[in-house]
Amino acid sequence: MGKHNDQPDGKRRQFIGGTILAAGAATVAPGILLTVAQATGESQGVSSDVRYGMLIDTDKCVADCTACVDACDKENGLDLQQKPKGQSDDDWNAQRPQWVRKVQLKDRQTGDITDLPMMCQHCEFPPCVDVCPTGASFRRADGIVMVDRHTCIGCRYCMMACPYKARSFIHQNVVNQLVAAPRGKGCVESCNFCVHRIDAGKMTTACQDACAKEGHQAIVFGDLKNPESEIASILREKNSRQIRADLELNTGVRYTDL
Amino acid sequence: MLSSTGIRRFAGVLMAGAFTFLTTGVLGDSAVTPGSKAAGMEACVAPTAEMRRNHMDYLKHDRIKTVRKGIRDIRNSLADCVDCHAAKNGSGGYAQIDSEGQFCDKCHNYMAVDLACFQCHRKTPGEEKLSQSALDGGNVDHRLGLLRDKDAPAALAADELVQLQAIVQED
Amino acid sequence: MKKMHFSELWCSSPRYWGGLSFLAFLVLLGLGAFYHMEHNGHWVTGMSNHLVWGLPHVFAIFMIVAASGALNVASIGSVFGGPMYKPLGRFSGLLAIGLLAGGLMVLVLDLGRPDRLIVAMTNFNMKSIFTWNILLYTGFFAIVGIYIWTMIDRKATQYYTVAGYVAFFWRLVLTTGTGSIFGFLVAREAYDAAIMAPMFIIMSFSFGLAFFIITLISAYWWAGRTLGEVRLARLKHLLGVFVGAVLYFSFVYHLTNLYMTQHHGVERFILLEGGIYTVMFWLGHVVVGSVIPLFLIYSPAFATSRFAIGTASVLVLLGGFLQLYVIVIGGQAYPMNIFPGKEVIASSFLDGSIVQYTPTPAEGLLGIAGMAVAVTMVAIGARMLKVFPDSLEDPAEVEHA
Ligand code: HEC
Ligand code: HEC
Ligand code: HEC
Repeated sequence: MGKHNDQPDGKRRQFIGGTILAAGAATVAPGILLTVAQATGESQGVSSDVRYGMLIDTDKCVADCTACVDACDKENGLDLQQKPKGQSDDDWNAQRPQWVRKVQLKDRQTGDITDLPMMCQHCEFPPCVDVCPTGASFRRADGIVMVDRHTCIGCRYCMMACPYKARSFIHQNVVNQLVAAPRGKGCVESCNFCVHRIDAGKMTTACQDACAKEGHQAIVFGDLKNPESEIASILREKNSRQIRADLELNTGVRYTDL
Repeated sequence: MLSSTGIRRFAGVLMAGAFTFLTTGVLGDSAVTPGSKAAGMEACVAPTAEMRRNHMDYLKHDRIKTVRKGIRDIRNSLADCVDCHAAKNGSGGYAQIDSEGQFCDKCHNYMAVDLACFQCHRKTPGEEKLSQSALDGGNVDHRLGLLRDKDAPAALAADELVQLQAIVQED
Repeated sequence: MKKMHFSELWCSSPRYWGGLSFLAFLVLLGLGAFYHMEHNGHWVTGMSNHLVWGLPHVFAIFMIVAASGALNVASIGSVFGGPMYKPLGRFSGLLAIGLLAGGLMVLVLDLGRPDRLIVAMTNFNMKSIFTWNILLYTGFFAIVGIYIWTMIDRKATQYYTVAGYVAFFWRLVLTTGTGSIFGFLVAREAYDAAIMAPMFIIMSFSFGLAFFIITLISAYWWAGRTLGEVRLARLKHLLGVFVGAVLYFSFVYHLTNLYMTQHHGVERFILLEGGIYTVMFWLGHVVVGSVIPLFLIYSPAFATSRFAIGTASVLVLLGGFLQLYVIVIGGQAYPMNIFPGKEVIASSFLDGSIVQYTPTPAEGLLGIAGMAVAVTMVAIGARMLKVFPDSLEDPAEVEHA
């Protein structure tokens, strides 16, 4: 990982190959290739001129602080979902949704301790999108990887495929939601960079705001493709890493001092 | 349980003709519920007759725009439907829009249409819609729906109270 | 060769209907379990965000894999020209369809939103191996249906060979596809092996044939028809070869994993320290599912024992099921290596720790119902169609077979 911002050049790596994709394009139901094709046509639609990403400075991330997690839960109404009656705490902990989680790591070599928030890494080549049978898992033109919960059938193949365990399945009826974040039983969901805020023109995510409010400022969100953006300039100055860079997924979330 | 939209669709087409007749006959002039914002307004997002007939297609068409392309100011926003059509209940809050006798249930109940939408979508007007606030140019997200409405009584449902407290704490 | 005569499978009514009502009861239980799971949501199962695919998936994959193998007998009859197997082709096709239907039913009923099945059938992401599997399964029904038809209807016999080849090819692709479902999970170490797809093919041969032998013996016993020793011995020896091959592949799979340093952890987990998974692997897959059946098959003491053949087949299925359990569930229970070179000290999301999974009865009932659906389809199909030869007495001159 050098000090560079290895951004996509539009060439899509393919798992199965061009032929299949071409055959697929001909037979595929409308809506699936839409995302790829519709980058710029619509006046207000999201555009592939931007790619949203996040940079996390693990040095600034503080152990036992869960401000980002709490903010995410509140922003997306995850905290409105409660433990089903009669369920054990262990089961609930294994089943409750977590879009972002705090992880503490120790380097096996140096013994260094690192704290970081872990969430959907918004890959350029997301395995979840590749495996989704209905095309519900998709990557928006602006690089946000998310689930269209109108076509998700709840097969959970994406959860099996995700190298970051970033996705959660809703295991129960949800009775209370926020207007901005519909969610309900039987679908898979994950961090979507607070897409409702982004679309509304607000250029921060809830976790970032919360982290800044705590005074840590470990999270920077922004447009990776815009050289003027804060995130792009930090990426130029500092060494950053992708988690599981060996998989060559070109993640949109990067970590410094990892 | 394994509902087939195709079959429902077909039944719907059959009933569409009978339906225009029924709405005027059985349900009275309007399905709009008293106590909702819509009750005091002139028109829906499209001509009423058109809405009656085509709202499902509009909704399903527009939601692709929002989810896939990030276009938020769609004409047929489900959150907007709820905003206008949810009725106040006696205790100052809102009745759930899909509960018995409420707007989205009235005709559906009659036609045996089982809406899945509100398994995920909020059934009452909630915080101010963000796209709205963005269009107005301000970042007034997380304002409560009730406070927005000047002539509405300042009463809160339990969950709204929780939200309000959260906001107050934040500020 | 003497002309074979086929007829519908008749047996005394109480026996037939008694059997069917028992199956119907199992199916009803399974539907109850399905309702329970869908009504409440998956929190009533042992599955979680960490153990994503559970017991229903083991059942489903087991049956789908076996389905393609069950067609093996027909393929040998038509593609490899084995006259001893040819009369068994129709039943082989029927069993394959039944097993596939049962497996798919379990898979579908476990979806988070089974009400959206129509979405799955109308929105395809052609890059997904899952989508390819949906197409492969659908095609399988059609092709095997036609194949059976070319075997039964005299007017269609000219297409028999073509249909046989297509079916043979299709089923190999289908099993490869099922195996690839796991092969595509690059991030999960247990599944990241090229050998996965061929291993699934050989597993399908073994499980499918075991199913075939059991159902064949029971059908002929049920209807009081004759089943020759030599023919059974043939099937038995074939099963022996397949069981040996599965064991061999399993060996190679773990050996290659042991060569890759980053896979040592998961290997140690499965082979040594995995508790229940280790027991299932050694006792279930190796001893019960392979060694004992091989002994029953090849020991001269049981040369003609029908009981031994039946037992061996049942054990093969049991061991195969446990083998899949270890692959599917054991492979998920072991933590994914998200942060290479780092040790996870704390995480609210069970990063770096072994996941516990206890299936609930509902999951098991759903799986068993899938099996019952398969058998029911076979029982009804055999009664309505001419799939079984009146007699499977050994032919006079066996040498040419
Ligand atoms: C701006 C407020 C507003 C919004 C937003 C709105 N409606 Fe309406 N709607 C109305 C009003 C007012 C009427 C009554 C029109 C009339 O009296 O002819 C109405 C009437 C209707 C009717 C006809 C009812 C009848 O009497 O048969 C339907 C159906 C309907 N709306 C559906 C929807 C749906 C679906 C949405 C969301 C896409 C929606 N509306 C959004 C205000 C609104
Ligand atoms: C499994 C959960 C789920 C179900 C069921 C569901 N939706 Fe949605 N819907 C969502 C999510 C998630 C979004 C995206 C919200 C966002 O990104 O802001 C959404 C967005 C929308 C939007 C655009 C946002 C808005 O409010 O205008 C519309 C319109 C919509 N859905 C209509 C429907 C309709 C109609 C149905 C029923 C046929 C339905 N949805 C059922 C989850 C669901
Ligand atoms: C005037 C009567 C009427 C009102 C009021 C009404 N609907 Fe409908 N709606 C119908 C009819 C009739 C159908 C069935 C059409 C069909 O089967 O094709 C239907 C079908 C639908 C469908 C498709 C159902 C499916 O499962 O595919 C959706 C979505 C829907 N309505 C949403 C709404 C929402 C949201 C509201 C409340 C804002 C609402 N409708 C209010 C009459 C109405």
